Amino acid sequence: MVSFEPSEEQRLIRDTVAEFARERVRPQARASDETGEIPSELIQQGWELGLTQALIPEAYGGAGEAHSAVTSVLAIEELAWADLSIACHLLAPRLLVVPVVEAGTEEQKDAILPRYAQANFAAATAAVVEPRWDFDLAELSVTATLENGSYVLQGTKCFVPLASVAEHLAVFARLQGSDEVGVFLVDRSTPGVSILEREKNMGLKGLATYEVAFERCRLPAERRLGGPSGCDVNRLLNLQRVALAAAAVGVARASFEYARDYAKERKAFGVYIAQKQAIAFMLAEMAIEIDAARLLTWEAAWKLDRGEDATREAVLAKQYAANMALMVADRGVQILGGHGYIRDHLVELFLRNARGFATFEGLLTA
Amino acid sequence: MIDFELPPQVKQARDMVHMVAENMMRPIAREYDEREHEKPWDFLNAMWEASKATNPVSFGGGAKKDPGAPSVRNLQTVVSIEELSWGDAGLYLSIPNPGLGGAAVAAAGTPEQRERFLARFRSGPPKWGAMAITEPHCGSDTAAITTTAVRDGDHWVLNGTKIFVTSGKMAAQESDGFVVVWATVDKSAGRAGIKAFVVERGTPGMTVVKVEDKMGIRASDTAMIVFENCRIPLDNILGSPEVQRSTEGFKGAMATFDATRPAVAASAIGIGRAALDFVRAELEKQGIKIRYGVSRNKLTAIERDFMDMEAALQAARLLTWRAAWLMDQGRHNNLEASMAKAKAGLAVTQVTQKAVELLGPLGYSRKYLLEKWMRDAKINDIFEGTQQINLLVVARRILGYSSKELN
Ligand SMILES: Cc1cc2nc3c(=O)[nH]c(=O)nc-3n(C[C@H](O)[C@H](O)[C@H](O)COP(=O)(O)OP(=O)(O)OC[C@H]3O[C@@H](n4cnc5c(N)ncnc54)[C@H](O)[C@@H]3O)c2cc1C
Ligand SMILES: Cc1cc2nc3c(=O)[nH]c(=O)nc-3n(C[C@H](O)[C@H](O)[C@H](O)COP(=O)(O)OP(=O)(O)OC[C@H]3O[C@@H](n4cnc5c(N)ncnc54)[C@H](O)[C@@H]3O)c2cc1C
Repeated sequence: MVSFEPSEEQRLIRDTVAEFARERVRPQARASDETGEIPSELIQQGWELGLTQALIPEAYGGAGEAHSAVTSVLAIEELAWADLSIACHLLAPRLLVVPVVEAGTEEQKDAILPRYAQANFAAATAAVVEPRWDFDLAELSVTATLENGSYVLQGTKCFVPLASVAEHLAVFARLQGSDEVGVFLVDRSTPGVSILEREKNMGLKGLATYEVAFERCRLPAERRLGGPSGCDVNRLLNLQRVALAAAAVGVARASFEYARDYAKERKAFGVYIAQKQAIAFMLAEMAIEIDAARLLTWEAAWKLDRGEDATREAVLAKQYAANMALMVADRGVQILGGHGYIRDHLVELFLRNARGFATFEGLLTA
Repeated sequence: MIDFELPPQVKQARDMVHMVAENMMRPIAREYDEREHEKPWDFLNAMWEASKATNPVSFGGGAKKDPGAPSVRNLQTVVSIEELSWGDAGLYLSIPNPGLGGAAVAAAGTPEQRERFLARFRSGPPKWGAMAITEPHCGSDTAAITTTAVRDGDHWVLNGTKIFVTSGKMAAQESDGFVVVWATVDKSAGRAGIKAFVVERGTPGMTVVKVEDKMGIRASDTAMIVFENCRIPLDNILGSPEVQRSTEGFKGAMATFDATRPAVAASAIGIGRAALDFVRAELEKQGIKIRYGVSRNKLTAIERDFMDMEAALQAARLLTWRAAWLMDQGRHNNLEASMAKAKAGLAVTQVTQKAVELLGPLGYSRKYLLEKWMRDAKINDIFEGTQQINLLVVARRILGYSSKELN
């Protein structure tokens, strides 16, 4: 039966994450954007929320809670609301853990999961995007070639969070000679893996992302996620899409709330600017679009939780949310007028981050 | 006769300025985005030397005096500004020149004042002019300013705080420049009590207290200036000191914007063109050519996006040329100046945002200038009257409402 009410447990998780996001993450957002650094205590505190460990089965040291995309997107929206860079850093290990929990073989779970069930933050990541203007998940240029019982990875990825410190990378690659995509669990220390310079982007400046080059990087065949016949990569991509959609909703909501509060305090021509229809209508439309995108995201996540193919829903939610976030964040700046252009306020940061969603893939997973 | 051909001297100026943009501005654009608050002195000195002779960038005051000789001064100005901003908008805004302060002197000053304040821009070391209207608690609502000017013997005494003054630090502190400050001589008189005053650099009581960190145009300084019992000579007031019943004085001051809005629009268009040129070149590297004349339903999404962006920019450019041309004809351009500014500010914001999207990871990366152009572009939707304020001006004009009836 249709309901838009999160469960009691989901509400609890969301509220806990929201409080942490508001109290701890948000105050650090500007400094991280300017310096490119996130304090390690903050990462550790964020880790202690348990968003990664919770879904690792008890047998591997985790809390063994059911993996729910809906619950994940609720949490992701809150963290991204506070700061996208810090959210991506805190949640980066899930980029590896979720695929392994969802699709890993016994050996893969055994080899990887216990490391991420521990009390201290351990970095892991995924490598999805490639540095081409026409990047397409369906036509990856990083290839995996089967040679004498091992896979050889070749090509370059970009936007790989925490690559320089991650112990493991989940690398999305096209199987040589086919259209099929495989996910490969790669130790960072494997010969042939080079972590290139930290990237400099318009936004997401607090998050350390890298180009990563694979130069005849040879892996044992068992490193293919799911075993010799692979896994449902589409599902993994859809989990990433809904996560990014949720993050876009979070960034947009951040900008909306900031601009709304400002508009109710700032006076011009004798009234609060929120009382001007030019501003009030912008805010009204922002509110409508945020809710619309959130519902698309929830629906896609819900479908994933039912184990159904949610490709259409996830793609539409991601695309809609990316457009929406740009529109909302641009207006956030506009509503603050000249003050929106000054880095004393966060709205310009939200705009720079929001612009990335059209390009981002694989930075987060539900 | 309707004619879109630029006159030969404007083309010549454009080509010269383009070389400057390409060879002197582009190579340092990234550097002075990152080294915010530092000045590219080689570039600034070179521009100063060139402008002393030709003054390629100065707006307003261009109503022709001799009806027989059509002027192209303002047209040439907007065309040159487009080129400079194609090079780099932040650097363009930081070039030593009379700036907005000069525009105000030109629009509202007496011939004696024009000579006294503007002659310095023809010789000596680099100088800047600036204009200070905006205050912490009012920007769009210029009539609400609270900075006061009180007459004391043969001086005016200024008190108040101004923010976001473009080139304010260079004008007030670092060169033999001046700041035109808007202040009220009589709060009870509302708009009629607002006057513009010229404050010479280094006048005691004028202090630059902050230079802002910004999203874009980081090569240009944006200053906060405090006036504390700042005494200036009586005849540094622009226009009459009388407080008239009507708002004629205020309107005179607002006329400055009729001259400066086309300049902002032109700058916006230059940024947008830079972005489009870059996207086109990247597409061509991939063997993608924009096919004009093919059915819209057969075009790729990129081709459609590109054409929409191109058309929006060209429309904005023509609105801008028209606003400048009206000035050159000595005609009113209040409506047309706001139309150009509103359109260009929004168009360049959207064009650059779309361009970043079209180029994916390349668009978002600081390895290329495109992401910077997106950050630079947004200011054009905000300063010299926000998008909303310019729409209001247009709406009032087309509907025949006063500012009281529609605000
Ligand atoms: C097919 C149809 C079915 C209808 N059915 C019903 C019905 O069942 N019951 C019923 O009661 N009515 C009905 N209506 C009437 C309908 O609700 C009114 O037409 C509608 O509310 C607009 O009122 P109006 O036509 O007087 O326009 P106005 O109120 O005169 O508005 C004219 C324009 O001004 C705008 N406007 C008005 N006020 C503001 C404001 N404060 N801010 C910004 N813009 C504003 C409006 O958006 C509109 O664009 C129906 C109308 C149609 C066309
Ligand atoms: C980089 C930079 C350089 C600048 N340079 C200068 C300079 O050299 N000299 C100078 O004096 N100023 C300068 N400014 C200030 C600039 O002109 C103002 O910021 C601008 O006019 C908007 O004012 P505000 O920031 O106070 O916004 P506000 O007036 O507070 O406006 C906030 C929001 O409300 C909207 N709004 C306001 N009134 C209405 C209304 N009646 N109807 C509908 N919407 C409305 C605005 O559009 C905006 O979206 C500069 C600003 C910046 C950022």
